[in-house]
Amino acid sequence: MAITDVPKIITGRIGHPDSHTLERYLATGGYEGLRKALTMTPEAVAHEVDTASLLGRGGAGFPAGRKWAMLRKNPVTYLVVNGDESEPATFKDHLLIERDPHQLIEGVMIAAYALQVSQVFIYLRGEFALGLERTQAALNDAYSHGAVGNDIFGSGFSVDVVVHPGAGAYICGEETALLESLEGKRGFPRIKPPFFPAAIGLYGEPTVVNNVETMSNLPWIVLHGGAAFAALGEGRSTGTRLFALAGHVNNPGVFEIEMVKTTFRDLVYAPVLGGGIPHGRELKAFVPGGVSAPWFGPDQIDLPLGQDEVADAGSMLGSGSVVVMDDHTCSVRASWRITKFFARESCGQCTPCREGSGWLEKIMERIETGHGREEDLDLLLDACDNIAPGLTWPPQQTTICVLGPSIPSSIGSAIQMFRDEFLVHIKEGGCPFD
Amino acid sequence: MSDTAQPQPQPVPVTARRPTAGRTPTLAHLSGAVATRARNLIALYPEPRSALIPLCHLAQEQEGWLTPGIMVDIAALLDITPAEVLGTATFYDMLHTEPVGSHVVSVCTNIACLLNGAMELLEHAESSLGVNAGGTTADGAITLEEAECLADCDAAPCVQVNHRYVGAQTAESFDALIADLRSGARSADIPSHGTLNRVERTTGLQADRARIATERAAMAAAQSERAAAKKAGD
Repeated sequence: MAITDVPKIITGRIGHPDSHTLERYLATGGYEGLRKALTMTPEAVAHEVDTASLLGRGGAGFPAGRKWAMLRKNPVTYLVVNGDESEPATFKDHLLIERDPHQLIEGVMIAAYALQVSQVFIYLRGEFALGLERTQAALNDAYSHGAVGNDIFGSGFSVDVVVHPGAGAYICGEETALLESLEGKRGFPRIKPPFFPAAIGLYGEPTVVNNVETMSNLPWIVLHGGAAFAALGEGRSTGTRLFALAGHVNNPGVFEIEMVKTTFRDLVYAPVLGGGIPHGRELKAFVPGGVSAPWFGPDQIDLPLGQDEVADAGSMLGSGSVVVMDDHTCSVRASWRITKFFARESCGQCTPCREGSGWLEKIMERIETGHGREEDLDLLLDACDNIAPGLTWPPQQTTICVLGPSIPSSIGSAIQMFRDEFLVHIKEGGCPFD
Repeated sequence: MSDTAQPQPQPVPVTARRPTAGRTPTLAHLSGAVATRARNLIALYPEPRSALIPLCHLAQEQEGWLTPGIMVDIAALLDITPAEVLGTATFYDMLHTEPVGSHVVSVCTNIACLLNGAMELLEHAESSLGVNAGGTTADGAITLEEAECLADCDAAPCVQVNHRYVGAQTAESFDALIADLRSGARSADIPSHGTLNRVERTTGLQADRARIATERAAMAAAQSERAAAKKAGD
């Protein structure tokens, strides 16, 4: 495995300090993809995306082309872009939103044309104050440039785009909660099936929800063809993808990498990527795809960065965020903090998630702070089992959305990999790492 | 009974049954400029209520927090009840239904920051500010928050002030930052209260509904023609 020399499909522009401006965007081929798309039929544009076999970059990894094909049968009213990036340690969309908002807008317009929607909403996380500012400014410029609004580039295709701020709620990254939030309500996920947003979405109308990174890939795919995109990567995981690397690494950041061809080892240790673990320490464990994913240990470091490869090994590539923990990390403390996050962000609709996350957090806290009991490990696993029966991967679901079944991932992993650490906490009445 | 169909009573929309129906709301708390901007925002959405969160951000920029009076005004603008505004606002971390300091300092302690000393930074912040996370200093300048992931994990431990990123912080740089916030040295890039509304939308919706309907109908007809031609060719 190696780091392949491939074109930077979505991060090519962000090295420039003025990458967010219309001037820079136009000087680097901006809006050419949209101009080309408008000369094609909507079916042909959708076909290119289908050929590219672009997997949705939000976390679930559903092919964007297939999602669209489900909709082409009935007309779609709304396109909603999910920029509510809040999965812990995921910060790739943050980069795209702040540094290349025009690329996002161009991708959005291409999708709007392919789907023939009448209105687009770009939902951005409220905490992205600068991102909101830059995207709104870019949108203003795009309207003046004729790339958004009435009769785009004289093609007879019109669509309006609205940038909408969120207000701080992890659950609003779930697409139906996002739609509720966009309707001005509490971010409660909707029950599905039977009706997915494709059938009943925003204001009860057919709606497509796509992630920011997915949209940002579209200008390149239209310009270079879906086949060129599909030629990168391997199997179902085509193209390049953004990986957000954080935690105990010398060089944390967002890297655009060809899928499957590169391994977690390359990502963490290659000098041009993560640059290894600081202070010469050893790897203890890593999170392969956001904190909802079960952890991997040093044994899995040579796995390739591919959707199916990671799924087969019992976890998920999810949101593309990799968190590295060195051998000085307390696994109890790390999984406690992740559990605390879920307890705080559970929307409270479903009992297993609302109650379960709270209880799990309290038990984890008492183990970490030295008040753990011997029966706590079984109690933890039992509570986890109530949220996601059988603790399988992919998890069984007892709740409306997948936040609930994500809670046991870190606890299950920590107990499975580092059971002795839990026992030391309980026996010695405190954290051995303090 | 006659055979002629009785005229069915037409359903009256909920909004028309409200006592406020048909009245132009009088706004006692929002300033004129904010109210104008609020009305421009509402015009962007098919349903007024969708503008609720953007309006809350606007109002917070004026008042610092969502006062009961402000929520009454927002409700009047959207033709919903103040309770509905409160119900939505209390769900979201960024919407404050109680007073906060002029600078909300959010220290992330989630996984990537935890691994890079965030808990130690938060403990330092609590002792140097003399408040627990969630509290506001006596002078009303600083509210300290323990935040969930703020999506800036390559600058860990990550700190935001009024949702502007200030980069990775150490105990020393944190104290310097607080001193700057108090002295007003950072007031240009991090003013008091909300900083989410700096760039205003310069245009309303441009594509009117009738135009869009005509365009889409023409395209749908062309698409089915192409599909039929393709089928005939197969």
